[in-house]
Amino acid sequence: MNTFTRLYLDLDATTSTNDKVALLESYFRAAPDADAAWALALMTGNRPKRATSTAALRTLALERTGLPAWLLAECHAAAGDLSEAIALLIPDDPKSTDETESLAGVIERRVLPLRDMTDAARAELIAETWSRLDTDQRFVYHKIVRGGFRVGVQKRLVTRALAGVAGIDPNTMAQRLTGKIDPTPAAYRAVLAGEQPGERTLAPLPFYLAHPIDAKLTDAEGDTPEQLETILGPSTDWLAEWKYDGVRAQLVGREGRAAVWSRSEELTTDQFPELVSAAMHLPTDAVLDGEVLIWDTETDKPRPFAEFQTRLNRKSAPSLQPGLFDTTRLVMIVYDLLERGGEDLRDRPLTDRRDALESLLQGTPADTIRLSPLLRERNWSSLATLREQSRARGVEGLMLKHRDGRYGVGRQRSATGWWKWKVDPYTIDAVLVAAQPGSGRRASLYTDYTFAVRTDDAPDAELVTFAKAYSGLSQSEIESLDRWIRAHTTSKSGPFRTVEPVQVFELAFEGVQRSARHKSGIAVRFPRIARWRTDKPASEANTIADVEALIRRGPGTQPQSRQGGEP
Amino acid sequence: MSDHARNLLVPTDRGLWCEAGGFHVDPWRPVERAVVTHAHADHACPGCDHYLASPATCDLLRVRIGPGIDAQPLPFGETLTQGGATISLHPAGHILGSAQARIQRTADSSASGTDRAVWVVSGDYKTDPDPTAEHFEPVQCDVFISETTFALPIYRWPDRADVAEEINAWWLANQQAGRTTVLLAYSLGKAQRVLRMLDPSIGPIAVHGAIPKLSAVYTKHGIDLPEALHANTDTADAIKGQGAIVCPPSASSGPWLRRFAGSGGTRIAMASGWMRVRGRRRWQSLDHGFVLSDHADWDGLLRTIADTGAARVGLTHGSAETMARYLNETGRADAFVVPTRYTGEEAPVSSAPDENADGQTDGEAPA
Repeated sequence: MNTFTRLYLDLDATTSTNDKVALLESYFRAAPDADAAWALALMTGNRPKRATSTAALRTLALERTGLPAWLLAECHAAAGDLSEAIALLIPDDPKSTDETESLAGVIERRVLPLRDMTDAARAELIAETWSRLDTDQRFVYHKIVRGGFRVGVQKRLVTRALAGVAGIDPNTMAQRLTGKIDPTPAAYRAVLAGEQPGERTLAPLPFYLAHPIDAKLTDAEGDTPEQLETILGPSTDWLAEWKYDGVRAQLVGREGRAAVWSRSEELTTDQFPELVSAAMHLPTDAVLDGEVLIWDTETDKPRPFAEFQTRLNRKSAPSLQPGLFDTTRLVMIVYDLLERGGEDLRDRPLTDRRDALESLLQGTPADTIRLSPLLRERNWSSLATLREQSRARGVEGLMLKHRDGRYGVGRQRSATGWWKWKVDPYTIDAVLVAAQPGSGRRASLYTDYTFAVRTDDAPDAELVTFAKAYSGLSQSEIESLDRWIRAHTTSKSGPFRTVEPVQVFELAFEGVQRSARHKSGIAVRFPRIARWRTDKPASEANTIADVEALIRRGPGTQPQSRQGGEP
Repeated sequence: MSDHARNLLVPTDRGLWCEAGGFHVDPWRPVERAVVTHAHADHACPGCDHYLASPATCDLLRVRIGPGIDAQPLPFGETLTQGGATISLHPAGHILGSAQARIQRTADSSASGTDRAVWVVSGDYKTDPDPTAEHFEPVQCDVFISETTFALPIYRWPDRADVAEEINAWWLANQQAGRTTVLLAYSLGKAQRVLRMLDPSIGPIAVHGAIPKLSAVYTKHGIDLPEALHANTDTADAIKGQGAIVCPPSASSGPWLRRFAGSGGTRIAMASGWMRVRGRRRWQSLDHGFVLSDHADWDGLLRTIADTGAARVGLTHGSAETMARYLNETGRADAFVVPTRYTGEEAPVSSAPDENADGQTDGEAPA
């Protein structure tokens, strides 16, 4: 447990990718197989289910420390993490600290059994475990027990480290690490050894991810057709498609069975039985890459993502039979074919794969598995014009893929790679009304902001809460805003501070729709801070009517500027 | 009844004011007469006509504010009458010379029935042993004004000897990998405490230019510190990959540190009570954090508050509200919050305008 805890904290402390890989590699080389198997499971998201509720853990901690609940809550806010706060609050017991506790031992004897225990037995085991572990180990133990264990390390790095240990190519290791690997020494040894034929019939292939075309690539003006010509070359080298706002998925059909994998390589087959049935109609074994979303057959465009989200969060899909008048259905818009009849096509040029995909789908019913249409525009200017229609079509923008590109792995950069060319976000000037501390790295700094817009245009208009945002400011802006918040708090409720409604921020977001969940009656998608409008007083912030107008007007529009307030 | 009649010390926009004695304690704007608990910038403001402080603090004030200031030394335990109040200073253990100020109305200053309650202003203090500061002594009083920088039960300090061992082991490991060790510590107090912990047998010890003139005051007052190179271009070759540099946090962000990088680069750690919390270490992008504070931890605060026997406890800086609520709810004392200059209850933040590049505050204010 000690070595794994050390690894966890060391990974947490460094931002260097090479250091992380080196730390992982040396851990995997030295750890016993049983520990390494669990470490791999924890780091690839295959963690044990929650063994006890957070509330129960909190109650035990209060009993043990004799502290009032409000004080634990303040400690939680200061540490930014409940697992850490409790670990720090429980006194160390040097007499019974046991250095020999192994990761596998702790999980198998002190985590997994908790689920089926009586409350009293569970309390006893947790208390005993607390005395066995030191502060840092308790912290990691709490993370595992609460079922939310996450390490600040991308799977890619774990893949690289294990490839190093096994002495094989990282792309090969990436394939070995897809899907669920049992946290057993045997499975771990299999990861490091050669794969047995037929062992993973439905294993997914690594996803290939696109890079954004944005200000980082171009200059501040962004993405004019001229600049695209400079960055990407002639438009005729590229295939263009719509960028759908759904869930990226890989449909794997092999040997008469099918599976759906998410981009994080989680098996989501149970959520999408429609796709499995559809895969049965494919003429041959195939691995398809695409976007799952809800299609409205009446308007012939996708439904907003928010509607899809409610369904995604369910464990299993509702009835497959749509209502008589239901015009929506789940579809997968496919745009790539990675494997056909057992043959790996990923090293073929995109145009070959596209041809193969089109011929594969020719004989297949197009109601659920749909081909992503190619946009036949001849040049960057006409593509730019087409992109302006994105919002009206319910898509996020365009995808650009090089005709000769192979299907890569992850975020691999390549001159013949994939680019996402999204439409500009909506923006609204909103007033900061409240803040609370962030978590983890941002604990003890006020970084979670609540924003409001004005109810109407009157000088004494009220403010109505409209969105929360966490990102977009630079570190120095965060620090300076943190100071401002502390000095201009009007009331406090636990870690939550209401502040003087003075500071105006330009918020950017991807979508906007009505929602009963929010006081303002509006929900926005991916809100983030675009700019701190130090030049604007709160009286010039946008109104709720401005936001509603965005819903009505739709594509590519910005709210009217208030008071002619251009600086 | 006016506030002044009831309370010997009252908060004002310049700091705690004692009308009976005609002085402020740790004012943050220039005043006529200042009683200063210790020489950190958030307690010792330049521009006052007269300073009263412990002898070591007077020496430090002359280095920090200027040699010409009117600073009157008052040795620990001795009593001085100023106006209608008697003052004595008692070790606070925070840094060299740091004091708690004990204040009481003089017996003959007024008619019978006068409130002769004993007030003690703690300044910043710690109860842990520290060979570079006088050992903290609790002082019996009726009203205790305590700092509460770390007044949350998650803040409990590890044993100092263990921390020293950790620091030296880290230095040694860095050295073996050809990395220069950098320890961020504020120039006054923390730097000297860290210097004292370093094992000179490991390699060369070096300090940032802001530190030696303050260390000299320590030496003058009988505190032994290890030999330290002045970190500059002349000494860089000796330091690279081998040495440990002690420097204020402000020096870590500029180009200054780069010239000392060894073949394996540089590793930066901070020594502070905030390092108890992982988020702080991550936020500051540190390679390592050592839990080493010059403030009392939760247990130290509670023990001290009990030891003073004070029925009323005023709390200031950091988690003052939290401690006040806890003391009141548990019936340990009648507690109240003493407003400070910034927001009424929180310590100054890292980039407060008066914190210069030397890092004059003690660096344990929330960043």
